[in-house]
Amino acid sequence: MARRISPTGLLGAALIAVVLLLAIAGPPLWGEAAARMDTGGINAPASAEHWFGTDALGRDVFARTMVAARLSLLLATLATLLGVGAGIVLGALPMVLGRRGARSMTTVVELLVAFPGLLLAMALAVVVGLGSRGAVLGLGCAMAPGFARLTQTLAASVAGSDYLAAAKVLGVGRRRRLTHYVLPNIAEPLILNLTVSLGQSLLALAGLSFLGLGVQAPEYDWGRLVSDGMTGVYISPMTTVGPAAAICVAALGFTLFGESLSQAASGRRAARGRSAVREHVSLPPEPGAVLRVEELTVTFPGGLRPVRRLSFTVRQGEIVGIVGESGSGKSLTASAVAGLVPHPGTVTAKRLELAGHDLLGLGERQRRHLLGTELAMVFQDPMSALNPALRVGAQLAEVATTHRGASAAQARELAVERLGEVALPEPARLARQYPHEYSGGMRQRAVIAMGLMAEPGLIVADEPTTALDVTVQRQILRLLREVTDGRAGVLISHDLAVVAQLCSRVLVMYAGRIVEELTVEELRAGPAHPYTRALLDSLPTLDSDRSKPLRTIPGRQPGPGERLDGCPFAPRCEAASDRCRAERPSLTGGVACHHPLKTKEAVR
Amino acid sequence: MTLVVEGLSVRYGSFLAVDDVSFSVPPGGVLGLVGESGSGKSTVARAVVGLVEPSAGTITGAARRQLVFQDPYASLNPRMTVGAALAEAAMLAGVPRAGRPAEIARLLDLVALEPATAARHPRELSGGQRQRVAIARALALDPGVLIADEITSALDVSVQGAVLNLVRDLRTELGLSMLFISHNLAVVRYVCDEVAVMRRGAIVERGPVAQVLAAPAHDYTRELVEAVPTL
Repeated sequence: MARRISPTGLLGAALIAVVLLLAIAGPPLWGEAAARMDTGGINAPASAEHWFGTDALGRDVFARTMVAARLSLLLATLATLLGVGAGIVLGALPMVLGRRGARSMTTVVELLVAFPGLLLAMALAVVVGLGSRGAVLGLGCAMAPGFARLTQTLAASVAGSDYLAAAKVLGVGRRRRLTHYVLPNIAEPLILNLTVSLGQSLLALAGLSFLGLGVQAPEYDWGRLVSDGMTGVYISPMTTVGPAAAICVAALGFTLFGESLSQAASGRRAARGRSAVREHVSLPPEPGAVLRVEELTVTFPGGLRPVRRLSFTVRQGEIVGIVGESGSGKSLTASAVAGLVPHPGTVTAKRLELAGHDLLGLGERQRRHLLGTELAMVFQDPMSALNPALRVGAQLAEVATTHRGASAAQARELAVERLGEVALPEPARLARQYPHEYSGGMRQRAVIAMGLMAEPGLIVADEPTTALDVTVQRQILRLLREVTDGRAGVLISHDLAVVAQLCSRVLVMYAGRIVEELTVEELRAGPAHPYTRALLDSLPTLDSDRSKPLRTIPGRQPGPGERLDGCPFAPRCEAASDRCRAERPSLTGGVACHHPLKTKEAVR
Repeated sequence: MTLVVEGLSVRYGSFLAVDDVSFSVPPGGVLGLVGESGSGKSTVARAVVGLVEPSAGTITGAARRQLVFQDPYASLNPRMTVGAALAEAAMLAGVPRAGRPAEIARLLDLVALEPATAARHPRELSGGQRQRVAIARALALDPGVLIADEITSALDVSVQGAVLNLVRDLRTELGLSMLFISHNLAVVRYVCDEVAVMRRGAIVERGPVAQVLAAPAHDYTRELVEAVPTL
């Protein structure tokens, strides 16, 4: 997890550091000056001697502001800790109590949240007694409901998690579930909020003191100093402005720092597609090819190369399968073609052509338009491709109005037509429904229909059936075959059997490279690469031998940052020789292996 | 002790998720439960371990029923090391504090994980390793029956093979009884003796795996058999 604090966050941290330093060093350094009365110079305006002027007893206001940092910060911290502590207890109690207790607890918190906080604090401060203690207690109580609500909301998300259910099944008691499962998993956002709250309670306490409900003489905090200075604000403005500025600086510090922490924690940066960069001069186009990729490489900072000099072609009328384990680079290859590699990845290639157009030579706008009309992407999770707030028909229609310049009425009509083409029953009615009203299989059909709106030449499906069960999977694969008729397709999957259902040609990827390229017939007859063989054998089928263990592949795939001298599969390969460990085999005759298996070998 | 489920029904509001389901899992036996998503098979699993309240029916036998979840990325507490999670399970199983390190080592060994895995957090492990940890945690309780709810469907094919082998080994070594839930008949066939086919909350067919797959009696079972992707 890369977490970077923004410049405003750094400013916040610096301000907090200054305030903390003052709280520690203020009283010893300026304590004497702050207490020294000078009857000769009362209510004096700012001067070189008294930067913020003097008060009604002739004491130096600058020194008093510096000294007040300790009390101001201390009271704000106490109030916040009280509020947060009480809030977490209130918010977490429902997890420990039984069902009925939990419900009444939630209602109590909701009632408390409805109270205006500062009013509650003022009322409590008056009841408890004017002074620091009353102010802290009042403010703490006023903050508690907000934190209780936050704790409840955060805890509710953990309450629905599998790991908490797993703990229940294990027999972990309620209290331990709270302390070992819920609290550690919600601590981060709570701490972030605590930082922001410190700034707020600093302000609120200053407000209370200013109104005379907080710190009482002879004690003083920043709010008290502002209040004292107000009487002479027109004669000696700095007497008021000085301590007020201190309040602002401290509150700003906590707020900025807290905000930037929470932004860093939520990973604010949305992924943005990066366009590919050409490595060399362009080559003449090849007719019949819908997608031509040569030496495609995807790089991430830190020397990570998840896709390494990949070349392949997809022709009109064929569906090419890309197969590999997680981390083989198969999905990133599709993202690179579609210009969807997330920041900060970079894509380079010698050639990247879609439907006869050179993607590398186009400007950003033309490239977007070409990808929008010629390429349709189908993802594993159809919900991520659909906007939950829009009716399905409207989402489909939008494609036609943006990319094909259709009128609204035409687009709507076309949307219904496409929904019918993907074999959704009653397309006109379904077009008016929202994605959540669809089943998983129906959503995937809708996504495919959306891809078809712009009449694309290429359909790329990335694990389109992994989230679906076998019966629906079969229907979706059948549909994909129908809609790719007369077009070109790419199917990405970790399952060779799924790929064999749909594709004519298969590319097997390992550690960012193609290690074998073969037709489905060749795959059935027996692949040449030991890795493909192992993948095939690890798959249980309806006639695999139940008395023997399934074949597994020991070890793991090399990561995208590892330097590979020899064959990347050598450490996991039974047939590996010294040559394999020293020299990486190139892809020749459809296989990248020094010791290919006999291709005529029977599959089983 | 045989796990006996009789006349189990589960209702979510007005929706009847499980409708009068009965089955049993004998000691050392493995029953496969297959069906499409929404057929109620996961709800059966949750009812058996007490995560949801049945609206009718009884579940008896097989003490300390344990569940292994589908998604190994979600079923482990991200803030607990593997060792802490296993120690907790051992504690709940009544293993005294002094015996826990040895118990953690035994559990990790059972699921073929390195002893050093104990110091890791779930985020440092692959999906297959996490699923092994989840299985080890369930085994700590010495379960009378282990319920495996789609435990390989979030894993790569190559990793799935290793987890299925593990399940078979554990069965041989520990005589483990299991309710094995999956939508993939090829997987069920490999692991189970008997299979029950669920659709819309009810069991539509049940019998020995070989028999059901060779001669499916129900239309839906036939559909499932045909849908298994093959080369």
